[in-house]
Amino acid sequence: MSRSTFLLDGQSVPFDDGQMILEAARAAGRYIPHLCWHPDFPPHGSCKLCVVKVAGRHVSACATPARAGAEVESDTPEINTERRTLLQMLFVEGNHFCPACEKSGDCQLQAMAYDLEMTTPRFRHFFPDRPVDASHPEVLLDFNRCIYCELCVRASREQDGKAVFALTGRGINKKLAVNAESGRLADTDFAADDKAARICPVGVILKKRVGFAVPIGERTYDRAPLHEVALPKSEGDT
Amino acid sequence: MALGAWAQRVDETLTRFGRRPEYLLQMLIALQEHENWLPPEALTALAAALDLPRARVEGVVGFYSFLHAEPVGQYRLLFSDNIIDRMCGSEALMARLCHSLWLAPGQVSEDGLASVDVTSCTGLGDQGPAMLVNGRAIAALNEDRIDIICELIRQKLALDAWPVELFQFENTIQQRDALLSCTALPGDALRAAIAMGRDAWLSQMQASRLRGRGGAGFTTAVKWLACRDAPTVEKIVVCNADEGEPGTFKDRVLLDAHADLVFEGMTLAAWAVGARRGFLYLRGEYLNLRPALEATLARRRAEGWLGASIGGVAGFDFDIEIHLGAGAYVCGEETALLESLEGKRGTPRIRPPFPVTHGYLGLPTVVNNVETLAKCCLIALHGGAAFAATGTAQSAGTKLLSVSGDCARPGIYEFPFGVTVRQVLDACGASDTLAVQVGGAAGITLAPYEFGRRVAFEDVPTAGAFMVFNDTRDMFEVAHNFVRFFAHESCGFCTPCRVGTSLLAGTLDKLAEGKGSPADLLEIEDLDRLLKQASHCGLGSAAPNPVIDGLQKFRPAYERHLMHADFSPAFDLDGALRRARQITGRDDAGAHLPQQPEASR
Repeated sequence: MSRSTFLLDGQSVPFDDGQMILEAARAAGRYIPHLCWHPDFPPHGSCKLCVVKVAGRHVSACATPARAGAEVESDTPEINTERRTLLQMLFVEGNHFCPACEKSGDCQLQAMAYDLEMTTPRFRHFFPDRPVDASHPEVLLDFNRCIYCELCVRASREQDGKAVFALTGRGINKKLAVNAESGRLADTDFAADDKAARICPVGVILKKRVGFAVPIGERTYDRAPLHEVALPKSEGDT
Repeated sequence: MALGAWAQRVDETLTRFGRRPEYLLQMLIALQEHENWLPPEALTALAAALDLPRARVEGVVGFYSFLHAEPVGQYRLLFSDNIIDRMCGSEALMARLCHSLWLAPGQVSEDGLASVDVTSCTGLGDQGPAMLVNGRAIAALNEDRIDIICELIRQKLALDAWPVELFQFENTIQQRDALLSCTALPGDALRAAIAMGRDAWLSQMQASRLRGRGGAGFTTAVKWLACRDAPTVEKIVVCNADEGEPGTFKDRVLLDAHADLVFEGMTLAAWAVGARRGFLYLRGEYLNLRPALEATLARRRAEGWLGASIGGVAGFDFDIEIHLGAGAYVCGEETALLESLEGKRGTPRIRPPFPVTHGYLGLPTVVNNVETLAKCCLIALHGGAAFAATGTAQSAGTKLLSVSGDCARPGIYEFPFGVTVRQVLDACGASDTLAVQVGGAAGITLAPYEFGRRVAFEDVPTAGAFMVFNDTRDMFEVAHNFVRFFAHESCGFCTPCRVGTSLLAGTLDKLAEGKGSPADLLEIEDLDRLLKQASHCGLGSAAPNPVIDGLQKFRPAYERHLMHADFSPAFDLDGALRRARQITGRDDAGAHLPQQPEASR
């Protein structure tokens, strides 16, 4: 039985019934940028970096089912400009100082900014006041870099069975909260080998004392760009 | 506060709501009544008792404007901050109250007695300015009323002992048509629909071509059919009374003056889809209405129009409970409303699936607006064809308009769809009109050359707001007010809306300070486009509407705020010294830096 296909930037991509555009593209070795999407979790749709244009409408590729014969625009100047603006928004909303960040080179936000050729932050910085939480013996929380992808929230809840993290606040005052009356990570049941400890795409959740074990220049996105690293390595591998 | 007292309060609240986690928001609202805020130990105790992560409970508290994880004083005074309230002088009244109570806006007085701040439109635009005192609305504010309120606070009088007339407001109905002149008795419409049978009743709904009055205009019968045909047996009916769109208050009047029509409409929906449970999601700002609504529900139960075997039909069992919102405009979006009904943060869901198949707790759910449901009674009483006989080709029936602003007779007007903007302006006694904002902050700004356009889904759609501005008003200020509203109300889920509404508000702030440049106008247009295209829900995509219309139709109002340079920075050299001036108590010339050094040389 032949599978249905849609067109991604003019090239045919096969898909299974119910598969989302982003997943189908990925399986076919085609990269659509994403930050809050992760292969182990259902689509979330908050970062909007996976925006694509289908029949004139801008939709999230992670949460839009593929349809036979659809024409999907992704790697176009219009859509990449939109993505660049979204990245600029994420950069000015938090406090991102790449040269001083120990996640530099392993950070998806930074790597995507290089990928999409973002050269300036463009907007005025919000400079929010977000104190760090160094209470936990093994893990540091630096909220300054949070992009609200909720991957740690989801990983802790769904894979670790703990619910260490949740979001509070609203709008631009949204915050990542820790599951303790004190608000301190040390007072939760969080452990350094939790899935939630390893899933942060940016530099919020950091293992202590190994920050520079791999020198800058030899890190993930120093060796290969995000659009290559983010694709599954071989058939069936996510 | 004795240790353990919160444990007892939490226990009482849990018992009252049956220990069900989906009642978390309702529990928090009830718990907060004790001390006007929710101390950390209360949240810990509640989370433990419900077996929920504490951070989730904290997250719900943090989402809603009317829930407080920090003390806000014995009296929490919130001025409605819609542009219409401002035009009625709300800012001067707020300054007067702050001065009398010796406090600054946003701060709690040092004795912990009171705090004063602003809130989004409270739905009293026809009799503003308005405020909320510990959640209870007071309309028609003036200097005398402010002084009375101030004195009552100084005496530390409990709210229940305040003069009742303070909390009374008018149902200013200026023009009645089919709905507002309906004289049917409770049960008449239900009796008619029951006599038809479920299927024939749905056919009448189809024939009526009734479309949702909440703004989106989806055909009601299509929703009902999809819900009825959804495989899950248990169905839910929700009445969306989260009337948060600035400038809208028609649902408030319907719930106050015609609650029977609304509840009967919900019961008619239940008859069609086979639902046994119904919810009225009442915005927190309408707390004053709740006792009368509960009394109406109790009477309808006693009369047999709610409860088991309604109208004597075995198996037609349906009841309605009231859930309160807590200050979150986004909960008017139906999937956010469902999240809120489930006791969660009001974040809009990914659609599909749609509520008609996966709604409240995953059950098939119809969510209809207050006015939509009330209109169903007319269809049951007089038939679908009679209903469809008024209005226009794509917009059957009448529409309630909430008229406010610069006109002689603000209030509720019921017109058949197709009425022109000019006809409404004439009816309400507006003159020298510069612009009309139809559909609230998320709606459309109409200039005089468009006053011949018609209120209808196919021309100017609206949830009911109709704000009038005369030629003394600054349309830049109007849009500025609306954009700040959206920035305040953004749920923060998606990047474009969370950051974009704040960036847009910041750019308009810059213009308001007279520091705008042509580059800022380009930036505004760019942000507008992104918000429209990339936002997760209607809040974000509608947020730039007032600015898009403003730049197109009232561009001089924006250009007056430009410095006529290509670019000027937002950074304010003199403003950076503000804190230093505050600390040293200085405000003389020597404590200021010249704004434009070149010019001052």
